[in-house]
Amino acid sequence: MSAKLVQGNEAVVYGSFKAGLKFFAGYPITPSTEIAEMCARDLPKVGGVFIQMEDEISSIAACIGASLAGFRSMSATSGPGFSLMQENIGYAIMAEVPLVIVNVQRMGPSTGIATAPSQSDYMQVRWGTHGDHPMVSFAPFSVEECFTEAIRSIYWSERISSVVVLLLDEVVAHMREGIDVDNIENILEVPDRGPFPDEKGSFRPYKVDRDKGAKLPPLGMGYRFNVTGLVHDEMGFPVEDPEKTGDLIRRLHNKIDAVEDEITSYDERYTDDADVIVISYGSVARSALRAVRELRKNNVKVGFFRPITVWPFPSKRVRELSKKVKNIVVAEMSMGQMVLEVERSVGDSCQITLLQGIKGELITPDNIYNTVSEVISK
Amino acid sequence: MIGELTNKYLRMDRLPHMWCPGCGHGIALGALLRAFDRVKIDKDKTVILSGIGCASRAVGYLDFSTVHTTHGRALAFATGLRLLRDDVKVIVIMGDGDALAIGGNHFIHACRRNIDITAIVLNNQIYGMTGGQGSPTTPQSRLSTTTPYGNFARAFDFCNLAIGAGATYVARATAYHASLMTELYANAIKHHGFSFVETFTQCPVNYGRRNKFPDPASMLKYMKDISVPFKVAEKMGSDELQGKIVIGELIKEKEDVELNEVVRERIMKFRGGAQ
Repeated sequence: MSAKLVQGNEAVVYGSFKAGLKFFAGYPITPSTEIAEMCARDLPKVGGVFIQMEDEISSIAACIGASLAGFRSMSATSGPGFSLMQENIGYAIMAEVPLVIVNVQRMGPSTGIATAPSQSDYMQVRWGTHGDHPMVSFAPFSVEECFTEAIRSIYWSERISSVVVLLLDEVVAHMREGIDVDNIENILEVPDRGPFPDEKGSFRPYKVDRDKGAKLPPLGMGYRFNVTGLVHDEMGFPVEDPEKTGDLIRRLHNKIDAVEDEITSYDERYTDDADVIVISYGSVARSALRAVRELRKNNVKVGFFRPITVWPFPSKRVRELSKKVKNIVVAEMSMGQMVLEVERSVGDSCQITLLQGIKGELITPDNIYNTVSEVISK
Repeated sequence: MIGELTNKYLRMDRLPHMWCPGCGHGIALGALLRAFDRVKIDKDKTVILSGIGCASRAVGYLDFSTVHTTHGRALAFATGLRLLRDDVKVIVIMGDGDALAIGGNHFIHACRRNIDITAIVLNNQIYGMTGGQGSPTTPQSRLSTTTPYGNFARAFDFCNLAIGAGATYVARATAYHASLMTELYANAIKHHGFSFVETFTQCPVNYGRRNKFPDPASMLKYMKDISVPFKVAEKMGSDELQGKIVIGELIKEKEDVELNEVVRERIMKFRGGAQ
């Protein structure tokens, strides 16, 4: 097949199919609905199942059920629905159920503006569900990346046995670019969950090393462990023992820490000689890249840094970069959320300037161009 | 007999159970074990799910693949599971607050879809685990910690709700009617489609104590007194049925198409008939 015009949301579906998606449960919500519609049409063609549930709470619950049955599962939503999903996001993290949630960010709070882009769910992705928990999230900035990051989301959800949030925004989800989905290189092979031991009755799925995720055999195959959102032992039964409780909570974090370098990805350009670096992600990074290129034409030594893995935040690299520059400009469509991670990473190594986007519009290249110009003229 | 069944179907190392003395949930669990035996259930091909609450703790004692889900959401978990695995029997155990308050929406939609899941609700008319708060099935004017002046609102009729929402097997028993309970559970498990058995059980500690039931036996006797078999109830007027509960099989439809069959059929069509 040759290149054709594909929408960001569509590319997410193509990518997830490539990664072996077999179940999608969802509820209509702008600006993510195309993902559900396309899964409704095409999942049965690949032997998968789509179901429209009564709300987003049951959508993620059905996905967890399907994942426990042994199948790769995904749901897609936007802010209001993402809020409803928080309860069971915590469940999937606690019970260690692989799962991908696509959150196409729109303007909030509350119903906000359904069709306007935003990046104000960044902290909710990380901290939306209650309790101490880790989180992994990837944010594409192009249609091709919607495809590849969808695959990477499923891949990592399986490897860490947890939730991965594929974080889009309205602009990335709805823009169209020419891509050839059959000829994208370096596609990740998603690992199977098995093999599982023949000794079914006594198999303890939560008995794993201190920095490993549990691998749950599909339910209804003769393994007779318990799955619960309660603090649990190696067989999945509730415990309140302080040592076991601490071990479980620490392991849930350790399993992500152990692979953090592998999970971390970012797009870094023009930073070698930079005096100032623009940090942004998602659709805003498209504006940032344009602005950086225009500034370079005027001999401004400006660099570009775009986290693709937005959780865990690529702190190590940002800290290194901050020691080489005078200024960092963070541009994001919110009052300032990722900037908090930048500040945490940078300390007082350099100055940080925030360019907010809170009007329900994409931050333009001009906005960023002007902000950088002001910063360097100070 | 029950000793054999407990060894066969319970995780004996998880006992003793956490239910209070006099609780009716154990009677229901016993009936469920007898029903398992009657239908010769395949332990390896059965998944039992539950929500949150006293009733939902039953899954911890059952020696199957078990999932203790979030409050009210068990049927939604079960829906996803069942849609991909028509080789397994899926049974969901819930309480009244679990299935009807926080999970009410999931309950009616599971009925509507007619997916092959057996839902068993142990209705003790109270939130037991949290210490006796009013539930959607607490009768009007009855006392609980959150209805200290008597429940202002009416109670749900669980079975009528299920029938209205489209469940294809709907039945009711009480903890007094243990052998009926076994029969209904067995029939529900055998039923192809969404089956629902409401089971009245007694909560002497958090409901009986506050509502002039001196002991568990008085609660069982009360259940016996207000129960009317379906066949008898059919001949009674609505005035006569005031304050009564109808027990037995209320609905048993054989014609309706089960959800999974439709889903499979669609997949088969795309695959040119080959699975």
